Amino acid sequence: MTNRKVKIYPRFERIWHWSQMVLIVALLVTGMGLNGLHGLFPFKVAVMIHIIAALALLALWVFATFWLFTTGTWRQFIPRFEGLLKVARFYAFGIFKGEEHPYTKVLWRKHNPLQVIAYFGLKILVFPAIWSTGILYLTYNFWESAPDSGFWLEIIANLHLLAAYVILAFIIIHFYLLTVGHGFLAHVRPMITGFDEVELTSEQENYLTENEPWRLVDEGGEKDG
Amino acid sequence: MSYLIKTVNACIFLVLVSFPVAAVSETGAPATIPASPPAISTDSTADHSTFRELKQSFASGPDVTKACLSCHTEADDQVMHSIHYQWNYASQSGQQLGKSNVVNSFCGNVASNEARCTSCHAGYGWDDMAKAPSSSPEFVDCLVCHDRSGQYTKTATGAGHPPLDPVRPGTKTITGALAWPVDLSRSAQSVGMPGRDNCGNCHFYGGGGDNVKHGDLSSVLYAPSEAVDVHMASDGLNFTCQECHVSESHEWAGSRYDVAANDTEGTGLPGQRRQAATCESCHESDPHPLSLTGIKLNDHTNKVACQTCHIPTYARGGVATKTVWDWSTAGRLGPEGQPIAMHDYTQSDGQELHTYLSQKGDFDWGENVEPYYAFFDGAIEYTLPGEQIDPTQVVEINRISGAYNDPDSRIWPFKLMEGRQAYDSGLNRLAYSHVWGPTTETAFWTNFDWGEAIEAGMTAAGAEYSGEYGFVDTNMYWPITHMVAPASEALACAECHGSDGRLSELDGFYLPGSNPTSLAGLAGMAMVLATALGVAFHAAIRLLGRRRRKEVNHD
Repeated sequence: MTNRKVKIYPRFERIWHWSQMVLIVALLVTGMGLNGLHGLFPFKVAVMIHIIAALALLALWVFATFWLFTTGTWRQFIPRFEGLLKVARFYAFGIFKGEEHPYTKVLWRKHNPLQVIAYFGLKILVFPAIWSTGILYLTYNFWESAPDSGFWLEIIANLHLLAAYVILAFIIIHFYLLTVGHGFLAHVRPMITGFDEVELTSEQENYLTENEPWRLVDEGGEKDG
Repeated sequence: MSYLIKTVNACIFLVLVSFPVAAVSETGAPATIPASPPAISTDSTADHSTFRELKQSFASGPDVTKACLSCHTEADDQVMHSIHYQWNYASQSGQQLGKSNVVNSFCGNVASNEARCTSCHAGYGWDDMAKAPSSSPEFVDCLVCHDRSGQYTKTATGAGHPPLDPVRPGTKTITGALAWPVDLSRSAQSVGMPGRDNCGNCHFYGGGGDNVKHGDLSSVLYAPSEAVDVHMASDGLNFTCQECHVSESHEWAGSRYDVAANDTEGTGLPGQRRQAATCESCHESDPHPLSLTGIKLNDHTNKVACQTCHIPTYARGGVATKTVWDWSTAGRLGPEGQPIAMHDYTQSDGQELHTYLSQKGDFDWGENVEPYYAFFDGAIEYTLPGEQIDPTQVVEINRISGAYNDPDSRIWPFKLMEGRQAYDSGLNRLAYSHVWGPTTETAFWTNFDWGEAIEAGMTAAGAEYSGEYGFVDTNMYWPITHMVAPASEALACAECHGSDGRLSELDGFYLPGSNPTSLAGLAGMAMVLATALGVAFHAAIRLLGRRRRKEVNHD
């Protein structure tokens, strides 16, 4: 077993992550304005940004879903309970005592078990909640003749709002956890360069050296992805 | 040289016709004869000034009508069946409405005040509401709508007749101007399709003065700027009233009693004649351009009338409208028993408007007024004088019907007129009052006695009266549909989509942006706050731990 810098976030995944971040921030800020929490933008501008960002995000998610399934990366996001308790215990106690993070990245698991559960929940519950309610909200005029449409609109709008708040809470925690372990930059850098420290078995290392050498950083220096 | 003389002559002629000419009434006080209104482009094939029938001196209005009818054989029949002549309207709600039937919160009622009120009747000599207007053809007033000389008018108290030579000193016209002798021959020869002045001379002065009644119909509309009315702007589209209020056989589209509040037909098929005065009949029901913003705005047209966004305020352009009329304080007289007047409202043009008159009570006025909004399906029911009222509540003079859940209802703007007016406190019904009648001993405006005035009004109307009266608060709603502003002046979204927006009085439906602290909103905020606190707490313990470990290492 060796610890090597390996490219684990391919270019699409990084573009996905950062454009998703920009779009979600735009949606949160304009959405809060539309909800009446602030008046940073004229309402009309906020509506336009919100709709355009939402449509862009939906398109991005379509690509991302396709990518996840065609590349098999979806497996990375399936929760497993192995090591979960250790990670949970670390965040609840160990971290205060200065312990090392109990999880080491391996090639087929680039997230720790708690992270996987959080991302899985986001992908399977929160994001579908926000986009399904968002689409229904946006297309209200197509179903307004349905019985009690006004009542359902209010339900949908409030679910949309709640989902948005869950995402905001997620962002707070997501951002905070960047400060854990080797620090903020150590967490952000892989999502920019694509390379991170991963524990490789010798078979994996051999395979990569033979077949995908561009995914490995030479001992001498870094290679850009 | 002769060319120069011709030019000078032409100039003098132009000056003469285009400026008001001062005439002197018998007292010597000058009455100003209005100049001819701007010509309306016409495709008429007849020049009435060349007609032999009209080249004569007429002794009276009906004489002119006779001449008109000698060619326009069906016109009298058409006009006589119109609301302009009958003042009687069978509403879709089943009520008999029209000026001859309703009581409003302005001057109240026509019965017993005839010659004053019927000065704006589209006929001559209707001086008794107990009877239908005359069915003699010549009693239709053609000139009031078709005169294009600009100098036809009606005497303010003449039951529809024009002031003729010699004009009694002090006589006023329906617009409140000092009267001049009307030249009927000139009027008859000038006839054409109606201009804004023809309609406006009555409709702009409803309720006894400029813009008093409607709020969106004032003398400003004779020659409005684009900012006041994008359709009627004299330097813009320059619409006449009939451009929208299209007519067929002297009946006009557009009714305040049965409003076409939600026109889903749009423009109809090409070439299809539409008897409609709705915005949609020209602009379609999805009028905004096909852009993201346009689509979003079109999404509103099912629930929001065009007028709601496109008439941001009414009484624009410098003429105020009456917003409050309290009759109950009328009758207070000066130390010598003389009627008094107070002028405590300054209009934007500097004119002082009356806020108290012994004859009429207390008033309030408004300019650039934000409308009252309500869901409206177009149906209006009146509290007719025979109906029971509850005097402990504000009485709705006209009830506007509509609801959020009703697909035919949309949010409409209204002028809300707040009144306080006489009612029969024994029978709990709205009261008729006899206010005008300079020669009677009961008219309120000359005798200042409510008891007498109401009794006389009730008698004239043939209504049962208990003999007791009081005053009751009333609301009256006037749909706002004129004074459409340029698109750039339309309401911004946040005017409604906000915590304290224009629609904050309307409830029972979800309005995005109006309530960030809904249950879901509060739950979300609590969750985010808890998360932030949790994170802060976690971070604090980590920092403390780190510091302690450092100290331990140092030791």
